[in-house]
Amino acid sequence: MMPSPVKEVVVISGKGGTGKTSLTAAFAFLAQEDIVLADCDVDAPDMHLLMNPRVEMEQDFYSGWQAEIDCLKCSNCGKCQEVCRFSAIIQSNECFSIDADECEGCGYCSFICPEQAIQLIPRLSGQFRVSRTRFQHKLVHANLDPGGENSGKLVNQVKQVAARIAREDSKKIILVDGAPGIGCPVISSLTGADLVVLVTEPSLSAFHDLQRVFNLVNQFRIKTACLINKADLNSDISTKIKAFLAENSILLLAELAYNTAFTAAMLKGHCILEEENTSFQPAILEAWNKIISLLN
Amino acid sequence: MKIAIASGKGGTGKTTLSVNLASWLALQDKVVLVDLDTEEPNSGIFLKLPLIRSIIGVKPVPVWQSDNCLHCGKCQGYCQFHAIISLPSEVLVFPKLCHSCYACSELCPASALPMLNEKIGKIDHFARENLTFIEGKLDVGQEMAVPLIKQAITYTESQSVNSEWLIFDSPPGNACPMIEATKVADFIILISEPTPFGLYDLSLSVQSLRKLNRNFGVVINREGIGNSDLERYCLDEDIPVIARIPQSRLIAESYSAGKLVYHEDNDFLSSLKQIKDFLQNDAFSC
Amino acid sequence: MKIAFTAKGTDWQDQIDPRFGRCAYLVFYDEDTDTIDWIDNGSSAGIDHGAGPQTAQKLLTRKPDILITGNGPGGNASRVLSYSQITVYTGAADKSLQEAYQDFKNNRLTEFKF
Repeated sequence: MMPSPVKEVVVISGKGGTGKTSLTAAFAFLAQEDIVLADCDVDAPDMHLLMNPRVEMEQDFYSGWQAEIDCLKCSNCGKCQEVCRFSAIIQSNECFSIDADECEGCGYCSFICPEQAIQLIPRLSGQFRVSRTRFQHKLVHANLDPGGENSGKLVNQVKQVAARIAREDSKKIILVDGAPGIGCPVISSLTGADLVVLVTEPSLSAFHDLQRVFNLVNQFRIKTACLINKADLNSDISTKIKAFLAENSILLLAELAYNTAFTAAMLKGHCILEEENTSFQPAILEAWNKIISLLN
Repeated sequence: MKIAIASGKGGTGKTTLSVNLASWLALQDKVVLVDLDTEEPNSGIFLKLPLIRSIIGVKPVPVWQSDNCLHCGKCQGYCQFHAIISLPSEVLVFPKLCHSCYACSELCPASALPMLNEKIGKIDHFARENLTFIEGKLDVGQEMAVPLIKQAITYTESQSVNSEWLIFDSPPGNACPMIEATKVADFIILISEPTPFGLYDLSLSVQSLRKLNRNFGVVINREGIGNSDLERYCLDEDIPVIARIPQSRLIAESYSAGKLVYHEDNDFLSSLKQIKDFLQNDAFSC
Repeated sequence: MKIAFTAKGTDWQDQIDPRFGRCAYLVFYDEDTDTIDWIDNGSSAGIDHGAGPQTAQKLLTRKPDILITGNGPGGNASRVLSYSQITVYTGAADKSLQEAYQDFKNNRLTEFKF
């Protein structure tokens, strides 16, 4: 008998502030120990604020390359500066040097340097961590150094580590808090996903972003479901969103009302389902059950 | 004055502040607002200005010329971004992966990879009376926002010579797109919420901007929803709090319908006045 | 005929890796000589972008006639594969290489259209 394969659920939102992380945390709470949790929202990695994780492993993360000039070999010919399209080569008193913030790591300078004074070195971009949450999930998360580049690669690495842990610990599901936007980090978040959960809210902006991010998801041909948060904020737009979901065969998981309980829970470092008397419990539970059945 | 409005986390009110501040300032002054959140630009929804001009956003990428190619395969070796595959009979370029470094093109011994512009998005220019609005919009499926952000800034600077205010609505996050979008600003307004998420994400933005020696201050949005940790953080870190916008369902509803809020909400209007006053009097003494 | 698999391991009993660009191994079965050979794809699986075309290029150097995989190659990888004569079959996710091979022999897999 083959072990059942690990499934990957990615929660994304296009627009920020729709409650994506809070809802992902609620799903994690419901799933108990069946899952590995991955925080791929590397620009705003907030999952740890609800999960109070104990770090078990931390490792430096290198992404791409960065040029380095050996001052002893540099003959000050300036050819590197001529070819660099990123204005990353600075002339100083001694010799030419690299502005690490600007360097794209393309290596052009190193290919043409007549003295072979330039080499590419791996670029330290942040750290990734494997932690144990207060609910005993393993959480893979990361932080990008200030202004760090290539968060797509960090996302990819977080997901790979999560997948390895899921296999080793025989977990069935990797639950991913995905990146915002439609660019490089979100594309990396979607790669290899089995199901995408879109979290949106009824505002013109969020609806606009939802349509853009869905176009992207569609290019990946991944099964998609949607959850509308703050659904009563604007019932006209809620109706339009539901029509859009129906038109594109996207399953509506739940509609949640605008409620400051999410913030109240966050202030205590709680996930929303730990709060007493929230009306959300049945809807979120039903959403999670629908997610499970979509995976099978 | 050039200012950028940024936030580590999305959904903290960056666009609400940008469009309202720009519209309100434009009652008196010439204002240019630039939406550099090219992945998800939303400012236009609130402004509804007539379109004056639309230009395509491009980045240069190599285009293979089969007649010249010697099939030496060097181009693939030069490319650090895996954007070129050299097969025995074909060279394939994957434009979305290309960082436009020109290495393959200029180092090709047979000049078989000239650089040509590839469309990655568009830049729309809208205007009415005192208010000009420029929006960069990345095509869906494109991964790199920075070339479009740079192009939108260059275009804006050519169009805003007589403007008193230039406001950049920056992409969320703290990675390269945000750094690029805030680079040209004299002052950066970070907008955040008094919640644990808001505080944590703000602290990441502060680290990024401090590393780059930038001038910045904080606007606290949805004041009253959370706790005072954000306020205390700003005090401890010696970061000016420029204004505090109270939590209000009315603002959320106006936002959801794509409406400007400053003429309906007096608290919001007084926040805008405080921001203007700060920018004119205090922004460069801190 | 030479048949390639995207695989999680290098043995007949190992599972098909449903991913193309980031598959763990490319396994090759030569029906004529009844031998198995493989390429470790770890170097491509670890790169952030462009794994698909790289894996496709590696695959083509071995000149297989058939590829058996799970989800199917993405757009970039498909572009590379379309320059060869290879026929791609999908839908073998969750199976062992042996089961996938039997399914292929019994026409139970789906041909992937480029």
